[in-house]
Amino acid sequence: MIEVRNITKRYGAQKALDDVSFSVNDGEILGFLGPNGAGKSTAMNIITGYISATSGKVLVDGCDVLEQPMKAKKNMGYLPEIPPLYEDMTVKEYLYFIYDLKKCKLPKISHMKDICSLIGLGDVYGRLIKNLSKGYRQRVGFAQALVGDPKILILDEPTVGLDPKQIVEIRDLIKKLGKRHTVILSSHILPEVQAVCDRIVVINRGRIVADDTEKNILAGFDDEKNIYLTAQGDKQSVLDSLEAISGAQKVSCKKAKGGELEIVIKSAKDSDIRRQVFDSAAKGGWAILEMRTSKPTLEEIFIRLTEQKEVG
Amino acid sequence: MGAVFRRELKSYFVTPIGYVFLAAFYAYAGLMFYVTGISEGKVRMDLLFSSLVIVLVVIVPILTMRTMAEERRSKTDQCLLTSPVSIGGIVAGKFLAAFTVYLAAISITVVMALVASIYASPDWKVVLGNLIGLALIGAAYISIGIFCSSCTESQSVAAVFGFGVLMCTTFISSIASQLPFEFLTKLADKVSFAERYYTFTYGIFDISNVLFFVSAAFVFLFLTVRVVEKRRYS
Repeated sequence: MIEVRNITKRYGAQKALDDVSFSVNDGEILGFLGPNGAGKSTAMNIITGYISATSGKVLVDGCDVLEQPMKAKKNMGYLPEIPPLYEDMTVKEYLYFIYDLKKCKLPKISHMKDICSLIGLGDVYGRLIKNLSKGYRQRVGFAQALVGDPKILILDEPTVGLDPKQIVEIRDLIKKLGKRHTVILSSHILPEVQAVCDRIVVINRGRIVADDTEKNILAGFDDEKNIYLTAQGDKQSVLDSLEAISGAQKVSCKKAKGGELEIVIKSAKDSDIRRQVFDSAAKGGWAILEMRTSKPTLEEIFIRLTEQKEVG
Repeated sequence: MGAVFRRELKSYFVTPIGYVFLAAFYAYAGLMFYVTGISEGKVRMDLLFSSLVIVLVVIVPILTMRTMAEERRSKTDQCLLTSPVSIGGIVAGKFLAAFTVYLAAISITVVMALVASIYASPDWKVVLGNLIGLALIGAAYISIGIFCSSCTESQSVAAVFGFGVLMCTTFISSIASQLPFEFLTKLADKVSFAERYYTFTYGIFDISNVLFFVSAAFVFLFLTVRVVEKRRYS
C-alpha cells in the first residue's frame, strides 16, 4: 500500500532522515515509534507530500507522491501533529470546506453525519473552532482526515494533549478504523503503539532501528532472563553462594540497605535457576524476602534500541 | 480551487479585513470624488481615477497580508498541501477571492459616475476604460501582495513588505527621474505601474498596458507558487 524507499531528508548539514525504508501493507496498523525529534513528523510529512525528501521516493498504492500527487493524495487522510484548523470557521463549515477541497463524491450530508457520530462531534458541530477545547480540536482534526473515506490514514501523535478517557476512546477508534483502512500511527508513547498496532517501526535519529511485530522485537532481546531477588543476610556470603550456582551468569548487588540486599541475577534464557537459588539460600542460612523473574519489556527495548545508536 | 476561493472570500468578511478594506477605499474614493469634482462643480472622473492609485498602494497589502502568511503560521497549509489540489489552484483561489473583494471596492466608482450623471454626463467610455485600468492595476497589486505574503509567516511583515514593493513598482519613475542616467529614467517609465495606469486615466486604452498588468499579475502569482514549492525542498 505504502512503500517508502531510501528516504533521506537534509536540513542544511543536519540529516533529519537517513536512508529510511519501510512499507505498510494493506489493512495494517503500523506504529511509528521514536523519541521526540527522531524524525517521525518529517517522515509523515514526506509520505503525505507536504515536504519533499532530499532523495528517495514514496509510493502510495503504486503512485509516486511527487510525480502523481493528485492521485496519491486522494487516497490519504492526514492528521498532522498540530491539527490544521481554521479558527474562524465553525466545525460544520470547516468539514464542508475539506469536503470540497478533497473533491469528494460521497453524499455530503450523510457522510458528514457518519463522521461526526463516529468521532463524537455532534455537540460542537455548529461552534466556532477557536472556542473549542484541545480535545475537541484534536477530534475535528481527526474528522478532517476521515473526510472522503480515504484508504490510508496517517496520524501524527493523535492522542497528544487528550485526557485519559479520550485517549482510550481515540485508541478504540483507531482500532475500529484499522479494520477498513490502512493506518500509520506515529507516537512516542509505547503503550499506545502496543495497544493498537500490528507492526512497529522504531526510528531514532533519523534511522530505522527496528521494524517488526511487537512479539518479534521482544523475541530478539530474549537472550537473557533476569531474576530480581531481595535477600536478607551477610552480603559477601550471599553473593558467593549465588555465584556458585551453575546457571547464574552474572550476579550483582544493586542496593544494600538495613540488612536487605537487592540482587539481580542474569541467567541464560532457557535455564530456570530459581530452585537452585532457593536451595543455596537454605544451605547458606540466609533468607529470601522476594524473588521475581522478568523479561525485558518493550519499554526497556525501546530505550536500549534508541541508546545503542547514540553510543555508535 | 473553488473550495479555496469560497473559503477565502468568506473569511474576508468573518475577519474584519474585508470590511476595513472596503471602508477605507470607499471613504477615500468619496473624499476624492468631492475634492476633484463636486467641490468645484465639475465632473472630473479622470482626476478621481488617477487619485485612487495612492490609496491602493497602502490598502492592497492589508487585503493580501493574510493570504499565505497566516496559512503557514497556523499550519493550515499542511491541510491544503496534502489535499488533492495543486499549489497553482490554491494560489489562484486566493487571488480570485482577493480580487473579488477588490472589485466590490472599485465598483463604487460606477455609483459615483451615476451620481455625477445627474448633473452632467460623464464620458462613459472613459469611465469604462478607467474602470478596466483600475481593475488591472489592482490585479497586479494583489498578486504582488500575495507574493509578499508567501515570503513570510508574519502578517505584519507581509503588509509592510508588500507596501514597500508596491511603492517601488508604482513610483519608480519619479525615483529614477532624480538620477542622472537617461536610460534608467526611460526604463523606469516603462515598468512604472503609475505611468502605465495614468495612460488609462487620460482616456487612452493601450493594449500594451493591458498586457503589462496582466503579465505582472501572472508573474507574481507564478513566483508565489515557486516560493511555496521551494519551501518543500528546504
